Formats: sequence, C-alpha cells, structure tokens
Amino acid sequence: MAGAFWCVVEDDRKGMPKKVMAEVLGEAARLGGPVEALWLTDKASEDGLKQLGGWGATKVWLLENAGLAPYRGEVWVPPVAELAAKESPKAILAPVTSRQREFMARLAAKLGVGLAADSVALARDGDKLVATRPVYAGKLLSKVTWAKAPYLATLRPNVFKPADAQAGKSAAVERPSLTIPPPQMKLVERREEVSTGLPELTEAEIVLSGGRGMKGPENYVILEELGGIIGAAVGASRAAVDAGWRPHRFQIGQTGRTISPKLYMGFGVSGAIQHLAGMRTSKVIVAVNKDAEAPIFKIADYGIVGDLFEVVPELTKEFKRLLEK
Amino acid sequence: MKILVAIKQVPDTATAVKVGSDSKQIDTTGITWIVSPYDEFAVEEALRIKEKRGQGEVVAVTVGPDRAKEALRSTLAMGCDRAIHVNDAALTGADTLTTARALAAVVKQEAPQLVLTGRQAIDDDMGAVGAQLAEVLGWPCASWIMEETVDADAKTVRVGRQVEGGLEIFELPLPAVLSAQKGLNEPRYPTLKGIMGAKKKEIKDLKAADLGLGALTPELSITTLEALPARPPGRIIQGETKDAVKELVRALREDAKAI
Repeated sequence: MAGAFWCVVEDDRKGMPKKVMAEVLGEAARLGGPVEALWLTDKASEDGLKQLGGWGATKVWLLENAGLAPYRGEVWVPPVAELAAKESPKAILAPVTSRQREFMARLAAKLGVGLAADSVALARDGDKLVATRPVYAGKLLSKVTWAKAPYLATLRPNVFKPADAQAGKSAAVERPSLTIPPPQMKLVERREEVSTGLPELTEAEIVLSGGRGMKGPENYVILEELGGIIGAAVGASRAAVDAGWRPHRFQIGQTGRTISPKLYMGFGVSGAIQHLAGMRTSKVIVAVNKDAEAPIFKIADYGIVGDLFEVVPELTKEFKRLLEK
Repeated sequence: MKILVAIKQVPDTATAVKVGSDSKQIDTTGITWIVSPYDEFAVEEALRIKEKRGQGEVVAVTVGPDRAKEALRSTLAMGCDRAIHVNDAALTGADTLTTARALAAVVKQEAPQLVLTGRQAIDDDMGAVGAQLAEVLGWPCASWIMEETVDADAKTVRVGRQVEGGLEIFELPLPAVLSAQKGLNEPRYPTLKGIMGAKKKEIKDLKAADLGLGALTPELSITTLEALPARPPGRIIQGETKDAVKELVRALREDAKAI
C-alpha cells in the first residue's frame, strides 16, 4: 500500500490534541503507517504539535486558519479533499466525536469513497483494510471493506491501544497552501454545559451508570461522590433520562452515548437491550441490582445482588480507605 | 415551505436478530420492523414546522425494499402529506454513499427547502447519510440538532448542534440538511384518524432509473456478519454488603486490573 495513514486531530479547542488521539495514532502505527496527523484548527500550540510527534506522528499537516473554528463541514471538507487528491493517503482515521462523525461522512462523499463509522477493530488484509463494527444494537459484528483508497474510518474511543508517549520524538510540520472557503453557517453562540467536574462520558476510563433503581434525581449525588474519588464519569440509563432525572447528554445506550470504558459499573440498571447497545464493549462490567434476574447480570463480569444505597457508600468508603493508604 | 424527511425502516431494538445464510445480511424471518427512532424525531420536527407556519408540505422518503412501505405509511399516519419509496433491487445492500446519492436525486426532483433526517439509523449505526446527502447536494448541514427554528421568510434556520461539552447555535441559509438528535422533541403517536387517513395518501414508487442513477457499485461492502462473541460467565459476589464490596474492589484491582 502506498500512501500514509492520516489521523484527523480532535482537539480541546485550546490548541491541544485530546488524549484519544494517542489511540488513533497508535492504531495507525500498528497498521504499518506511515503515521501522519492532519490538524484543522484556528490555533495550534507548540506543545500540541510536540504531543502529536510524541505519540508517533512523523508529520503534521497543519491547516491553521481562523475560519476553521468552530468546525463546519462546508469549510473543512474542501481543503482536505484538495490535499488528499495531491498526497493520496491510503487511509484517513478519526476518533468518534460528534463533529468527526459528520466531517468524515462528508469527506467520504466528497472523495467518493467508503466510510466505516464507529469501528472497534481494524486489520490489514494484504493491500486492503478490514474494519469491524458493532451493528443491530451491538448484537452483531459487521466486517466491512473498501472498494478503493483512501479508506476512511472513525474509531470508537477507549477501544484501541494508545501509543506510548515518547519524549524527544517530533513531527515535521507542513503547512500546505490550500483554499479555505468562506462559511455559509454562522456561529451565533456556544452554550457550555455546566461542568460536573468529572470526566466526559465518552472519554472516561471508568463510568458509573445509574438506572431506574436510583429512585430519583437527588440520589445521583452518591454516584458523583464515588466518581470524584475514582475519577469516573457518571451516566444514566434511558429510563432515568426519560423520567427527567438526568439530562439527555448523560444517557448511555442506543439513543444516547456509546461508551467503551475500561470499567463500567451499573447501579440499579436493569440492562435493557437498548442500554447494552451503548456499553457492551466495555472491558470490565460490574452490575449492582436488587433483582437477581436483571438481564445486566448476564453480561456482567462481577455482580452484587443487593441494594445500591448500601453498596455505593461502602464502595466510596473502601476506595477512600485505599487512597489514603 | 416544503420539507423532505428521509427515514429508514429498521428492526425493533427488542427483536432478536440472527445472521442470515449468506453471512452478510440478517435473517429477516420474524422481525418486527419500526421507523428508526431518530427518524421519528425528524418527522415530528418537520410536522411542527409546518403546523407553526400554518402551511407547507411534508414529504417522507425512504430507500428500501417492499416492506419499507409500512414505515412510510407510519409517517403518513403521523401527518406527513405524501411519501416517496425508492424501491429497486439494484439498491439492496446499498452503502451510505449510494443511499445519499439516491436521496439527492429525489431532492433534485422535489426541490424542498429543508431536508430532515435522524442522526443515525439504529440498524447499521453508520450515521453518515444525512451529512453525505448535504455533501452531494453542496448544502450546509448541521448534525445532532437539539433545537431548531426556521425564520419567518424560510430563508434561514437556527439550530443547536450537540457537541462534546455543550451546544453550538448556528444560523444556516436554506436549503440545508439537518439531522435530529434525541431531545429535539417528543414524537407524537398517530391518531386513529391519522391511521385511516394514511391509507388514502399517495406513496410514489421510484426505480433507480427514474432517478438517473448510474452504476451502483458500493464503496463499502460487508464481508461478513457475525454474532457477538459471548462474554465469559461472570461472578456473583455473595455475602454481607461490606464483605462483598471489599471483595469486589479487590477483584477489580488484582484480578481484572480495571482500576
């Protein structure tokens, strides 16, 4: 295969790539590289460029222009398509985020190639690439392949092994001269969510999820307290969101967020199929539920049949004790 | 104002799905089919725009086999004025780009001022068709919208796009493509009158040739479809809460190395 693996950078809007990029760059290297980053931003930082090099990018294609923030598909796609036509990358990979999902779809249409969205595995098959994707609420796995390069894929966070950061490694920075079209969409405002002080749901390594068994919105504070101690995000099931206990952005499942943390702990979550669709690729699953017949126990690695209002405070106490040691 | 809503018929989430004999598609025997939930948000929003303006037309469109007509009928029962069914064996197993191209051809024939669709269909979860349709048409597009207001002259639309950590409010010139996220609205249930009325509404059938679609070679193909490997059996930790929690934490740290 000729051509490089381009990794589209997701950043924190303050000039630093997000840590999920270590996973995308790590996977590009595992697939054989060459590994190159493609960064569209209004302002990159020196530290950010160094970070990409440290994670294995040998080159950063830097498109730095005030018009590139906030993300707008109509502005991002034309310069990237122009660059891709010139450089012929063999693959373009991006992490699954709300904007990357849209951007990669539009880019695939512009380039006239296939897109494998929300992939959980990639493999070389000779000159080809094969992506594995969960489908039908995660009940089945679909293997897909492309008719021609570049192979476009988005990668589910927390699934791929991150590249080890290597100090001293650096990437050559290329600033290609490309036409950035004027936007048709006008940003009116950005409404920030009230920060919980906990990690973002899709990025967190540990996720605590509260279901109908939480009994009411006021009780999530016990999960937040535990989350604060172990650095976990707190999510909710659809039942809890539909009851108005938590905003929709915290919903895990088919009509919410898809997560794949190292550790998922469900409290009072029954494990309806549509919830499993959003968390069944978690590495370790813990279930706490009063009902021993709850379907979540079927996929749990560890379970406690019991009252979450007794279990959660004990967990908090136990982790506190361990941290103090 | 004319609004086109692109929908997809998908298996109900609760329905069991099995891999078919060709190992590329599902076995459709015994499946309950529904309109993909995100598409229902799109239908609902289109109907609300029409109702608010007191005039206009909402046209539902789908690309799918014969059975997909039932999904179109559901949207007509909700209140869509008419429907278009792109039904052609050549489109079986179409990838997102092929579907987007077929829909773009319908858009060119119908010339709506707005296209709404769901953020993703819950069968293959690709979530690409809306954005790809916008790209093929050269229209602006906002995905995962949580709120929407079309201005009085139907020249622009203001939307709230869900992004990590917040909501970005954009103003887009029309025509545009929008994809609906959960939280945009609460879809209505069809009334009995709506269901009866839907039987008389028009569903136009179109073939690939009617849309001037050329060769339909997919850019992305399924090589195999397989059942998810079963997770190893789990362990229920018994005992008093205090002891069980201690053991759980120990197991998570020492055995699973998860924390």
